Amino acid sequence: MSPGSRAGGPPRTRTGGARVVPLPLLLPALMGLAFLLVPLLALLVRTPWSSLPDQLTSPGVWEALRLSLICATAATALSLVLGVPLAWLLARTEFPGRGLVRALVTLPLVLPPVVGGVALLLALGRNGVVGRWLDAWFGITLPFTTAGVVLAETFVAMPFLVISVEGTLRAADRRYEEAATTLGASRFTAFRRVTLPLIAPGVAAGAVLAWARALGEFGATITFAGNFPGRTQTMPLAVYLALQNDPAAAIALSLVLLAVSIAVLAGLRDRWMRTT
Amino acid sequence: MTTRTARRALRIAAAGAGAMALLTLSACSASSSPSSSSSSSGDTAADTPVAPKLSGTVTVFAAASLKESFAKLGDRFERRHPGTEVTFSFGGSDSLAAGITNGAPADVFAAASPKTMSLVTDEEGTAGKPVTFVRNQLEIATLPGNPDGIASLKDLTESGVKVVLCDKEVPCGAAAQKALAAAKVDLEPVSYEQDVKGALTKVELKEADAALVYRTDVRAAGDKVDGVDFPESADAVNDYPIALLKDAPNSTAAKAFIELVRSAEGREVLTGAGFLTP
Repeated sequence: MSPGSRAGGPPRTRTGGARVVPLPLLLPALMGLAFLLVPLLALLVRTPWSSLPDQLTSPGVWEALRLSLICATAATALSLVLGVPLAWLLARTEFPGRGLVRALVTLPLVLPPVVGGVALLLALGRNGVVGRWLDAWFGITLPFTTAGVVLAETFVAMPFLVISVEGTLRAADRRYEEAATTLGASRFTAFRRVTLPLIAPGVAAGAVLAWARALGEFGATITFAGNFPGRTQTMPLAVYLALQNDPAAAIALSLVLLAVSIAVLAGLRDRWMRTT
Repeated sequence: MTTRTARRALRIAAAGAGAMALLTLSACSASSSPSSSSSSSGDTAADTPVAPKLSGTVTVFAAASLKESFAKLGDRFERRHPGTEVTFSFGGSDSLAAGITNGAPADVFAAASPKTMSLVTDEEGTAGKPVTFVRNQLEIATLPGNPDGIASLKDLTESGVKVVLCDKEVPCGAAAQKALAAAKVDLEPVSYEQDVKGALTKVELKEADAALVYRTDVRAAGDKVDGVDFPESADAVNDYPIALLKDAPNSTAAKAFIELVRSAEGREVLTGAGFLTP
């Protein structure tokens, strides 16, 4: 986290490195760092520390945090189940229009989340293209339900996993899989027993990214799943609505979300996301 | 050579520090420094001399429910005073108020409740006292043709009827709670939406069966929803105050816009949209 520590640089350049960094690079770098950190520091500076215990022990906070954690985890699980095979398809097979498919798969990355929410509503809403039949045949309606939150979060988070896993698959040595298939394993067995263990760190990294993205998801959730405490009100929604009338509460909630995110990213980064 | 680079670097650093200070300022929502916030926001009219003829941009922050009528009034204002431009920021009154107290360069604020207006007046952010210019009443918005046969607030509690309300934190939600309390109806909605348009949209998309929204919103939605009046809405009438802001970059033109809103012509546009006169 500190600006000076660099992942895995050789020790020789680490001591001498700081002095030879050219100023035209150092100054914008430091300003960039400050730009990213000062808003977070401002959150700390303005936190109503004295009333914080009261804010954090109010039942609404834990309800929202619990829901956030459950939904983000469920969305990550769903992303894994659907996203890993999708990544495999993109990395290991040839089919016409694959470039286009890849672009479409990653579209939610750049799409404003609220647009994603509108799209989900039109597809899976009670009156949606698909949702209409879900309602008519199975009596399932997804908007305003916790399942709706999970779907909204999966929609925005899964591309992170797919990209991460696809990249790892491309970097992984295919010869192990080919050896497995020549030894008689079916392609699925080879995937399960050889490829998957091989790319596990990449899958884990993608899962962490997807989880963090799902945890912070706001626009698609409030558009598709609505806002009801305990059922669809996740932390980001609680923060937004608290800000309307009670900024102190919003700051306290933000602080919790910030702490959880940092804990997860910092804790898992060293274990799973070793980039060197 | 090295000293010159260092000196230049220092100058860049100083500029950077200034930028950071500004950033910190805005991040810290400093209500105690009106001088710096007005100097940073006065970009349009600060150096134009005061002329009898109106010119420049009038920036109006207005409650989302005013969108249709204010857009119409803005057009008329621009046509009457060539050289002026009225720009709007429509949104939840609370977020608009927060923007204003944090230094957003606005001239006029029209809020959907006195409570949200007081967020600005408490910070002494208005020039003079806000005046109520219209009132708004709640109505039940239902699916077209009212298939659930909703005739009263009580009908909303029937099982199978999905109702969305505005969140209690925003004016339309506060009004809804007041009306439900007056009717002694205990209603569990499927969602508390973040503003009145959000609630209405869920009905327009047929995802919800009914919503408690303003009469003006039902009117603005045309045939996409039906409106059902209910007697308890009289207990939850929202007053809409409007005020000139203290740090208004273009206060002359802003005053003229407020006059237009409060004139007979303005009232006609607003009542045409479903607002009540105070």
